Amino acid sequence: MAEKKTFEMEYSKVDTERMRLNVGPQHPSTHGVLRLEVELDGEIVTEVVPHMGYLHRCFEKHCEAMTYPQCIPYIDRLDYISSMNNEWPYVMGVEKLMGIEVPERVEYIRVIMAELNRIANHQIAVATFGLDAGAFTPFLYYFRDREEILAILEKASGGRLLYNYFWVGGLAADVHPTFKQECLDVIKHIRATNAEVTNLLIYNKIFIDRTANVGILPADVAINFGCSGPVLRGSGFPLDLRRAEPYSIYDRFDFNVVVGKGEVGTLGDCWDRNIVRMGEMEESCKIIEQAIAQMPDTGDVQEKLPKKIRIPKSEILSRAESPKGDLGFYIVGNGTDKPERLRCRATSFINLSVLPEISKGYMIADLILILGSIDIVLGEVDR
Amino acid sequence: METNIFIQLLGNNWIAYTAIAVLPLGFLLLYALVAILAELKVSAWMQDRLGPMRTGPWGILQPLAEVVKLLQKEDITPDLANKVLYNLAPYMMFTGAYAAVAVIPFSQQFVPSNINLGLFYIFAVSAIATIGVVMGGWASNNKYSLLGAMRSVAQIISYEIPAAMAILATAVLASSLNLNEINTVQDGGIFNWFIFGGPGPWFKVFVLPFTFGLCLIYMIASLAETNRTPFDIPEGESELVAGYHTEYGGMKFAMFFLGEYVNMFIVSAIMATIFFGGWQSPFGSSIMSGPVWGLFWFLAKVGTVVFFQIWLRWTLPRLRVDQLMDLGWKYLLPMSFICFFAIALWKMLI
Amino acid sequence: MQTEKIFDTLTKKFGNDVTPILEAAPSEPFILVKADKIYDVCLFLRDNSELDFDYMMCLTGVHQKPDLGVVYHLYSIKHKHKIVLKTFVSIDAPNVPTVERIWRSADWHEREAWDMYGINFEGHHNLIRILCPYDWEGFPLRKDYVTPEEYHGMRVPY
Repeated sequence: MAEKKTFEMEYSKVDTERMRLNVGPQHPSTHGVLRLEVELDGEIVTEVVPHMGYLHRCFEKHCEAMTYPQCIPYIDRLDYISSMNNEWPYVMGVEKLMGIEVPERVEYIRVIMAELNRIANHQIAVATFGLDAGAFTPFLYYFRDREEILAILEKASGGRLLYNYFWVGGLAADVHPTFKQECLDVIKHIRATNAEVTNLLIYNKIFIDRTANVGILPADVAINFGCSGPVLRGSGFPLDLRRAEPYSIYDRFDFNVVVGKGEVGTLGDCWDRNIVRMGEMEESCKIIEQAIAQMPDTGDVQEKLPKKIRIPKSEILSRAESPKGDLGFYIVGNGTDKPERLRCRATSFINLSVLPEISKGYMIADLILILGSIDIVLGEVDR
Repeated sequence: METNIFIQLLGNNWIAYTAIAVLPLGFLLLYALVAILAELKVSAWMQDRLGPMRTGPWGILQPLAEVVKLLQKEDITPDLANKVLYNLAPYMMFTGAYAAVAVIPFSQQFVPSNINLGLFYIFAVSAIATIGVVMGGWASNNKYSLLGAMRSVAQIISYEIPAAMAILATAVLASSLNLNEINTVQDGGIFNWFIFGGPGPWFKVFVLPFTFGLCLIYMIASLAETNRTPFDIPEGESELVAGYHTEYGGMKFAMFFLGEYVNMFIVSAIMATIFFGGWQSPFGSSIMSGPVWGLFWFLAKVGTVVFFQIWLRWTLPRLRVDQLMDLGWKYLLPMSFICFFAIALWKMLI
Repeated sequence: MQTEKIFDTLTKKFGNDVTPILEAAPSEPFILVKADKIYDVCLFLRDNSELDFDYMMCLTGVHQKPDLGVVYHLYSIKHKHKIVLKTFVSIDAPNVPTVERIWRSADWHEREAWDMYGINFEGHHNLIRILCPYDWEGFPLRKDYVTPEEYHGMRVPY
């Protein structure tokens, strides 16, 4: 009997070996140069440690040596998918500190540009999310449409991704005379493609099986982690800065704050985060339509500014709702034309910090989907 | 009747056998080029783009250019790989796929080897390709490859069973394991194919749902066996980079690639043979029938099935590994048992 | 709740450890907290049902010569009010208690502040560099930082 017992003891000690796997920095679906150190038990993820900084460009240090307008091109390069939205909180903060009011026409153009860019960002987010799940075709449908949005933005600013279009006190240039009609045309195409992708991908049985009940993020955890944007709203919490603290002229528009409802699975899963982005594209289309109807046809696009933009000794945390969430710039002025301190509250950076929390216990294929549903851009994470 | 035109023409000698062996090889290489082009073009048209347009008119030389590119690549063997296994794996995979061609009836007059255990033979040799996958994944000494190989084995073992049930049911219907024999039984037009229950009186409609279901089961299982979307998890690009062939490059990768396309051909050919009448004309044995027409019908049927596989690949997302196992063991396997049982019962009663 | 009332509540509770500073617009008023009290103040701010600061917007390290500082931007989703906390520590002993146990988002923010300013958050479970390489020397965002000419023997062309 005793012998048998020892044998059982020995047998119970047999344990599977955990494997440590490096996902990235070069990997098809880390959306950039992110390295995830993953501990695997078979296929099941037991630990995720994100390592970042591969794209660190010393943005904050660099800006301390730049004048205020010179910072804008660097801000473009943070979240290079939605540069217009990046510039906005920064120029808004500088304008507040200088006490400038921008002309109404500028506000309308800013809203339209930012919303167009938001659609382009969400198109990439949904498209790459589908790609992570193995569906290649919707990806190209979205890229076809995104091209038309980029054409409008390019016509206005001269750049396809990095615009440098929102300037302190106004815009770099006025829009093209056919701008309104082009926007209305592109909205039609966006809606058609969204309807097609909803049928092809979003309500596909396999896609629902893959994304529902995966990576569940409860709302209280999301708030504690400081998540914002579709990641927080996907958990059913309607926090949208455009509605919660309306900046610029967002109080003039009628739009819904899209939240996840747990329609096909648990509230706060990957599918919910994705459907929030789909819904926000439609809401952005609505905002653009209203803005185009209200927008004055003529007017100045640049407020009179002093020759050198100086900010007195003061500080502000200027926030705006970027496609990825709550993007903030903490600007500290010191009386010169260069910032004393410029801190970016990078949305992707904070949203990414929730990844190790919500990906434990799922499979490695799910980990990729969870990462895709958070929608990070490494330019913003690493700064 | 002698079913091989080369033995009829050249006599029973080594020249004839060489021709019989070499002809399918040439055919498969040509087929692979066409299939790659089809994959490129079909995917392009589905995604509202043009696809390759620069190499040759309408880009038809693109697969050739890709083969040339792969040939020029440096032949790399990783330092810590198991060198023998690593270098053997791609050829193993191709050999397994190619060996299966031996029993496929291309036409009445051209069955490379008309053996009586054709169906069993195909199942036996197509499993060799799995060994190639495992060898490649293990020997690469790469964690992604290892995961891909493990997934591949699990997947192929799980889906071999429903596929085998589907095939055995047709063997029951035809009372033969000889593929050419199975083909001959389905004579007499489209409604005598095994997808429609095979030849029989009008009340074969009762067995029709089962044969139709078996055809679907075999279709799904064959997608899984060839690692095509939605079952391409062994090489699931977004999670495992390239799965079992992550470390391979150049000609060795080309062999894996070729093996995959040949595998596609094999499963499509089996499907065409056992469910769609193989070389039988859809209008009965009097219209558009004969050895050359037989080859045409066979290739047309195989091409349709291959197109269907490509179509699915560019439409569906990928399953997860546990969902794949669920589908295989919890749904396909019981369903295939039920269908098999129903067909066996019908065969006994009739 | 008005900023003044929040300040009142805090001064009543913590006395001399907190000093409200009301600055002229557009700057936001902030409250200066002694470094060793920051954890208690933050815990009170989060758990008091009238204050309920459940969302940490931002945690920033600053270098206002000669001291290093940490700026906390807090937000209450329920009451829609915000507050700015500041604390300053000497550059020779930059020790601030961690608040990562109060808001998990502080985890990476504090790692970044350590990475850039060398502020030592006492009690942080994993205070390592986050954006710079793990073997980087010096704290780049300090005002007296000198850009190194070499990294691992490689000359940096600048």
